[in-house]
Amino acid sequence: MMDIIEIIGYILASVGVLFLFLGGLGILRMPDVYNRMQAGTKATTLGAVGTIMGVGLIHPEWFFKTLIISLFILLSNPISSHALARGSYRSGIKLWQKKKIDAYKNALKKEKEKNEAA
Amino acid sequence: MSRFIFSFIIYFALWVGFTTSLNGQELFAGGLVALIMALLTAKEFSEEGLENLTPHKIFYAFLYMFVFLWEMVKANVDVAKRVVQPKIPLNPGIVEVPTQLKSNPAKLALANSITLTPGTLTVDIIEDKLYIHWIDVKSEDPKKTFEHISSTFEKYIKEIFE
Repeated sequence: MMDIIEIIGYILASVGVLFLFLGGLGILRMPDVYNRMQAGTKATTLGAVGTIMGVGLIHPEWFFKTLIISLFILLSNPISSHALARGSYRSGIKLWQKKKIDAYKNALKKEKEKNEAA
Repeated sequence: MSRFIFSFIIYFALWVGFTTSLNGQELFAGGLVALIMALLTAKEFSEEGLENLTPHKIFYAFLYMFVFLWEMVKANVDVAKRVVQPKIPLNPGIVEVPTQLKSNPAKLALANSITLTPGTLTVDIIEDKLYIHWIDVKSEDPKKTFEHISSTFEKYIKEIFE
């Protein structure tokens, strides 16, 4: 029984490492800030959670600790990437030139007009 | 008062999780720390207090966890597939998605879920509209983007937070 849990732990950790590698590759290959962030956030979140939970299964006495750490990563990682995306857009970094639509530009313009009127 | 009890329960559960022991001394120290933390931070910690812990909400939060984990795995496979192709298939853009959620915690949960699921990244929330960077734009109409991106999550989050 212990062996099976340990093997599942090793598999989880390996899958996590694989996703971390693919996330890094994505950051190198994507064309602009926002697309890079897509690869950066998602792959690293599952990568980190997978690796940490895998370690938790290999050492069952750490399981609850790793569970809480993963929970904090799941909560904080998307917030930081959202803050990065918002900050880079507002400081003037443009979308990729082959973009299809940019609804945020108009929304920002409206917000600015509202602030100036007030 | 209800906010205070709620934050005490959460802090104490975190302590027990981290120490992973039911030793009397550990529990006593944890209770003391949780009490001080709850006294200091209960006001900022939660708006609803104990109302967050009804069986209905806990049940939906439990269901939501599985829905969310499944979507997250799909998202990662999707990004991984894109990354390994010789020519990355991209069709990006920022779209507008309306939401009916009112409270701030609910909007935060929705934005976080969207960020961690297939090809979408929340850039900003202005009032009741989310602005989302989408790696593969399938529709530019706000009604359709809602169906593509956030309708599954919104059902659950509405049950959990409102």
